Amino acid sequence: MYHNKTLAELSSMLEAGDVSSVELTQYFLDRIKSKDADINSFVTVTEEQALAQAKAADETRAVGNAGPLTGVPFAHKDIFCTEGVRSSCGSKMLDNFNSPYDATVVTKLKQAGAVMLGKTNMDEFAMGSSNETSFYGAVKNPWDLNKVPGGSSGGSAAAVAARLTPAATGTDTGGSIRQPASLCNLTGLKPTYGRVSRFGMIAFASSLDQAGPMARTAEDCALLLNAIAGFDEKDSTSIEQEVPDYTADLNKSVKGLKIGLPKEFFGDGLDPEVAKSVDAAIEEYKSMGAEIVDISLPNSGLSVPVYYVVAPAECSSNLSRMDGVRFGHRCEEPKDLEDLYKRSRGEGFGDEVKRRILIGAYALSAGYYDAYYIKAQKLRRLISDDFKKAFEQCDVIMGPTSPNVAFNMGEKSDDPVSMYLSDIYTIAVNLAGLPGMSVPAGFANDMPVGLQIIGNYFEESRLLNVAHAYQQNTDWHEQCPAEFE
Amino acid sequence: MQWEVVIGLEIHTQLMTNSKIFSGASIAYGAEPNTQACAVDLGLPGVLPVVNKEAIRMAAKFGLAIGANVSKHSVFARKNYFYPDLPKGYQISQMELPIVEEGKLEIELKDGSKKIVGVTRAHLEEDAGKSLHEDYHGMTGIDLNRAGTPLLEIVSEPDMRSPEEAVAYMKKIHSLVQYIDICDGNMAEGSFRCDANVSLRPKGQEEFGTRTELKNINSFKFVEKAINVEIERQMDILEDGGEIVQETRLYDADKNETRSMRSKEEANDYRYFPDPDLLPVVLDDAYLEDVKATLPELPDVKRDRFIKQYELSSVDAGILTVSREMADYFEKVAELSGAAKTAANWMMGEVSKALNANEIEIQGCPVSADMLAGMIKRIEDKTISGKIAKEVFEAMWNGEGDADAVIDKKGLKQITDTGTIEALVDEVIANNPSQVEEFKAGKEQLIGFFVGQIMKASKGKANPGQVNQMLKEKLTK
Repeated sequence: MYHNKTLAELSSMLEAGDVSSVELTQYFLDRIKSKDADINSFVTVTEEQALAQAKAADETRAVGNAGPLTGVPFAHKDIFCTEGVRSSCGSKMLDNFNSPYDATVVTKLKQAGAVMLGKTNMDEFAMGSSNETSFYGAVKNPWDLNKVPGGSSGGSAAAVAARLTPAATGTDTGGSIRQPASLCNLTGLKPTYGRVSRFGMIAFASSLDQAGPMARTAEDCALLLNAIAGFDEKDSTSIEQEVPDYTADLNKSVKGLKIGLPKEFFGDGLDPEVAKSVDAAIEEYKSMGAEIVDISLPNSGLSVPVYYVVAPAECSSNLSRMDGVRFGHRCEEPKDLEDLYKRSRGEGFGDEVKRRILIGAYALSAGYYDAYYIKAQKLRRLISDDFKKAFEQCDVIMGPTSPNVAFNMGEKSDDPVSMYLSDIYTIAVNLAGLPGMSVPAGFANDMPVGLQIIGNYFEESRLLNVAHAYQQNTDWHEQCPAEFE
Repeated sequence: MQWEVVIGLEIHTQLMTNSKIFSGASIAYGAEPNTQACAVDLGLPGVLPVVNKEAIRMAAKFGLAIGANVSKHSVFARKNYFYPDLPKGYQISQMELPIVEEGKLEIELKDGSKKIVGVTRAHLEEDAGKSLHEDYHGMTGIDLNRAGTPLLEIVSEPDMRSPEEAVAYMKKIHSLVQYIDICDGNMAEGSFRCDANVSLRPKGQEEFGTRTELKNINSFKFVEKAINVEIERQMDILEDGGEIVQETRLYDADKNETRSMRSKEEANDYRYFPDPDLLPVVLDDAYLEDVKATLPELPDVKRDRFIKQYELSSVDAGILTVSREMADYFEKVAELSGAAKTAANWMMGEVSKALNANEIEIQGCPVSADMLAGMIKRIEDKTISGKIAKEVFEAMWNGEGDADAVIDKKGLKQITDTGTIEALVDEVIANNPSQVEEFKAGKEQLIGFFVGQIMKASKGKANPGQVNQMLKEKLTK
């Protein structure tokens, strides 16, 4: 049925008139209703609006104005502001926040005619790697309901993996697209910092946040990236550079492609079963004619500590606007201003968010700023420089997306550092602002393994080409969790 | 002990951009609360700031006008603190790398002496909103119209040594920012505000004493008063052997006193860091040259030119160049009338008097430069006397038309016909025989009496010069 089709296939079916957008939309809405109770991937389903959009899309198609995404259903991570629809960011703080405006990514997908089924669950304010910190409850991994789907875009990942939507948007600050894509057997792309507008995306760490597509195939990611990429005058950090057609290079040969393997990504801490799958994927590339280059990213070991200074510092300031004054949660009967702040924020934020605000405020405070924030910025430069040097030797860098497959619910909840380490291979990419992908590359202990592919700045086309070539020769990405076939 | 006061000023000037510094909302004053606050100004989740290029240009203009270093790489930083009228929980400002550094200004004091005051820096920042406590019983209203209004904060060196110097510096900045068209200087609406850092030290000591910061001084008069009362307060403490506490103090104009707002210990740790939502402001030489080309003639240069070109005194030239509008008005009158000196006298006399009495600026003067020049021409060609001109000026002020129309309508044309004047002179001489006797006996000051009588008889229209001459001829005959 429709749920097994990729976004590209559904697009063709719509184009051929085999199905209408209203039919497709209703189909997925029904599927969400019957299946999502088990996995909790949606926090809001916008049925009425979706059907209205679908109807409009069918009309657009009838008059011959359809594009590749016209009438195709998808879901937005609840981090994006959507006009008139709750935009909660997974937090009690914004449970009552109906945004009065659309994020640029939302506007662009609306303009492309895509139909939003609803908003997906996520770690609170995108802070987490397991989707257990959401105010709306944990999301479960469709491959094993006792396991986490990864985070913070865990709702988007689980929804696509369970075939409740053909694709979804995600955001990635330290791995939040790639790690859940890896844990749920999806293809996910974090573009170059500045490639996609951050306007209307509720900020976690401004210098690291980037939106991107999550789907089953590289081709689907390319179709979505075509719609959302581009300069936005409302985001000063978005970059004025032409947007290519990301589907154009998909079928290029990878013969002669130089793949860099950083020795630091294959050392201690990597699950040997995960390593096996990644090695096999690299063998597959070799058989397609790619060359392997051994490289080193000597400072990559500093990524996690650097990230846990920079990201909390920025978030401690970004989240200050959640003060109970103009929107969001406000405590009952505040007795004075200080009480209003303390209780509104105390009640509105969960533990992980509070932890990061405290760490960040500490790192920025007088007397510690140089030792933490400035030092972290210097090290961030070194980490970027490592990649610069590496890309003199190779075209793409490969390795595991995450050191482990999906872990059990609650397993790491009380051990933040062990949780943070599940992003050890993805964080450096955000610190450098590079594009990165995760691609399904097999299974370890019956759980999906992701292959991470990192490209040079603005080389999304090459990443998608490299991923697509692999997906033409393997069928890992077609595997579906049994209960959701 | 002899004490020396040390003063530094922080002046906030509101820039005259069309829109806010980081959003497209209007900054016009006086709108209904919260009608000029968009999603960005409200600090809604997900919004991002985009810097207003016009604000950058204005800051650069100021830097160039004071011969400062306009930085080619300045950085916006976040100043973090919680307050209900600060929507984002931080103010976007500039900290380590401001756009303007190291400038200086020359001030002139009442005794004519001159002094250089250093400008440490000037940085761009956004204004906060307003908390309204009065209209909401037991609650606070928040108006975010002002939130995001562009400010240039101009920080001086602690170079001033008296309240008079502080006022002179403030006036100089006030004049300059209006000259270069970056601030309307409206102190009543808060477009130009000032904080003062004040400390005392024993005369001769190099080291500065502990300072206090005086907030909320929104007029030239209050700056002087606030600093004076603060000097007295500090002196009393020091004379009694006490110590000054470093703190922020609020000036209360009604009570003419300063009172403590918060001490150094209570001061916020603002946790400044570069704003990751904004790129560094990068300017190049070509840009700065462009901005420089838009600078008008600056007040000091203009004043020197006035002294030379129009042969004015330093004081007169200073008054006429206090604003660009004033100077332009004067120059137009001088040019059209061809009588610069008379024009200057009128500007500093009747025109200023009328403007002050009606509390309006030269821009709003109902008598245009053309009209004033037209009137001065009539003085110069003796159609009217200086005295009658005052009547003409008043009529023009009241909208009764230009000088010629007023003179015509009111029949104010001066009597210069010798026969008519002679008749008037003869009449007055004939009617006042005893005074004539006294005059001839040597009481020459009576000439004034005769002139007065003749002017009265002619309803002020007789040419005073001719009257004088003819009187003297007839009385000494």
